[in-house]
Amino acid sequence: MQSYLFLGDEAIAQGAIDGGMSGVYAYPGTPSTEITEFIQENPLAIERNIHRKWSANEKTALETALGMSYAGKRSMSCMKHVGLNVAADVFMNAAMTGINGGMIVAVADDPSMHSSQNEQDSRFYGKFAMVPVLEPSNQQEAYDMARDGFALSELTNVPVLLRITTRLAHSRAGVVRKEVLPENALTLPADPRQFILLPALARRKYKKLLSSQDLYQELSNDSIYNRYEEGQDKSLGIVACGIAYNYLMEHFPTENCPYPIVKISQYPIPENHLKWLRHECDEILVLEEGAPMVEEVLKGYFTEGKLVKGRLDGTLPRDGELNPDWIAKALGMEQFGGYDIPKVVVSRPPALCQGCGHQDVFNAMNEALADYTKGRVFSDIGCYTLGALPPYETIYSCVDMGASITMAKGAADAGLIPSVAVIGDSTFAHSGITGLLDAVNEKSGITVVISDNESVSMTGGQDSSAFGKIESICIGIGVDPAHIHSIVPLKKNHDEMVKMFREEFAWEGVSVIIPNRECIQRATSRKRNIK
Amino acid sequence: MKSDIILAGVGGQGILSIATVLGEAALAENLYIKQAETHGMSQRGGAVYSHMRISDQPIFSDLIPGGSADLILSVEPMESLRYLPYLSETGYLVTNITPFVNIPEYPDIDQLMGEIRKLPRFIAIDADAIAKEVGSSRASNMVMLGAASPFIDIVFSRIENGIRTIFSRKGEEVVRMNLDALRRGREFAEANR
Repeated sequence: MQSYLFLGDEAIAQGAIDGGMSGVYAYPGTPSTEITEFIQENPLAIERNIHRKWSANEKTALETALGMSYAGKRSMSCMKHVGLNVAADVFMNAAMTGINGGMIVAVADDPSMHSSQNEQDSRFYGKFAMVPVLEPSNQQEAYDMARDGFALSELTNVPVLLRITTRLAHSRAGVVRKEVLPENALTLPADPRQFILLPALARRKYKKLLSSQDLYQELSNDSIYNRYEEGQDKSLGIVACGIAYNYLMEHFPTENCPYPIVKISQYPIPENHLKWLRHECDEILVLEEGAPMVEEVLKGYFTEGKLVKGRLDGTLPRDGELNPDWIAKALGMEQFGGYDIPKVVVSRPPALCQGCGHQDVFNAMNEALADYTKGRVFSDIGCYTLGALPPYETIYSCVDMGASITMAKGAADAGLIPSVAVIGDSTFAHSGITGLLDAVNEKSGITVVISDNESVSMTGGQDSSAFGKIESICIGIGVDPAHIHSIVPLKKNHDEMVKMFREEFAWEGVSVIIPNRECIQRATSRKRNIK
Repeated sequence: MKSDIILAGVGGQGILSIATVLGEAALAENLYIKQAETHGMSQRGGAVYSHMRISDQPIFSDLIPGGSADLILSVEPMESLRYLPYLSETGYLVTNITPFVNIPEYPDIDQLMGEIRKLPRFIAIDADAIAKEVGSSRASNMVMLGAASPFIDIVFSRIENGIRTIFSRKGEEVVRMNLDALRRGREFAEANR
């Protein structure tokens, strides 16, 4: 059988294509980006004309996916963990409306925060919305779950949350493909009121969702992804969720693990296996990538009964991604610890690329801001967040997509005038426009710098949905055209840019400055592709 | 057989193309592979690494456990030292000696080399110089792969085939250059191990 060397993300992408998906809707975000990128390049996806263009943000993506499901077709929406916050409104309510065509919400969490501002665990969202959650332990399961997840969604009548973490998303292994399924036909919902969440109807829908929980539980108990593995030594029982199963089994490559194991890759938590583990074993160790979600449930509020060990009692660190070494330690296994890192080695943080336009923007801003007290620049999520680091140290915030403009407005409302926002073109399109409208309506004393590099750069140079539209968007929502300026951020324009910043910082109304030069990485790869 | 390899470098140096060639070679031998990569923020000039695992038995963990890597293959000297906690007692460190300086407080290169020489088993090679000799500094990756190849349990001709597969669309000259780079790296390692 031919095996493909797929990233976890690519395995999900191929699985969804082979599962009869008609559209993927996503906004780039590490570590989820490669799912959609794979589909965009895939010959079968192109032949079938599967929808595969980027959406403006995760909310519009998930809503569009729900619309495709309404029309009877299978759809998938992909995002990073914090993207699900943006899409939380539609996600929670899609569990209420239910689906028509099967729908997968693929979310990639980032424990250890390799490229993120927090390490929230998306399994809680699944539990919150009361929908089934799939958490693959390896690339093959990622493929299988994406391919068969549409059928699970159609069986349970709700979106299915497919949760992975960075390590699986960005690790390759051999994957065997299965038969390619046909797409669904265009079919409207049998009940024309299924998607109307008017209170009277919503109450009925909620009761239906509640009454479906027994089915979801039963499906978890019987899931092929969950199992009880016998072990001889009953002094300890181990619960291994998702990729944690692999880190555990790494220590038992040839023989079986001496302890009984419950492998969990489908939620709700499989009660049957856990009750049996509790019956069989003296103590329980819970291994999960992310928050101690299962551990909390097993521990219970009054922490009576059997000893449950994991991230809450210090057996494993409370934060950060799991690894085989932590698990060896938790099991009391000795291993050679390698050599120490010599003291001479210093850290090498990421930095703006040489020749990047954001550098010119920060240099000019710093010169113009020298006239004011520090602490006035709010920023956002993107490459320009690196402006927090030396040699620039220009910005004072990085919170969530779009927060630069709104936080600058709040600070200006509090009296910090001028307040300045630095945001990229794609982040502006994602979540900056509405905040700018708030500022325009109140004539806030802020200057918004939209550092436009014509791409979503931190995630690898995807198309920005505001490309060529930024100035007209600003005019359209009411920014005075006399206070909208564009400039090419290059050394030769430095003095002009400083003057522009100085004048607009001094003006007590909303102004927008758009330094515009294509991302240096994107320009390079574009030129390479032309060759 | 089992080869657990840490690939190390700086974002943009292209350690993933080393991984791609090795992956191609391992696939041709029907071996199991797992390869964890660094994507995202660190790719902007930060420290990047890849855990590459090749075995004739199924592999569980995507990450190599501490103290068990058979090889650290680094395209940059300081980066080679960053992953020493992964190196096994019998493992080899194979590193390029040309520093990639993109931070202000980059340490003294002699101090770095001193630390490398303390290890029981290492190969330190000027891959950039050899790459220039064969035609392009861009081939220094393949010099490094060649220098590491004596310590990887894959038939050398499979690695050569991997290069032919990966670089064929860039033309015969690029393939030849990378094959030369690979062989020169291997010769150096065999003469200096």
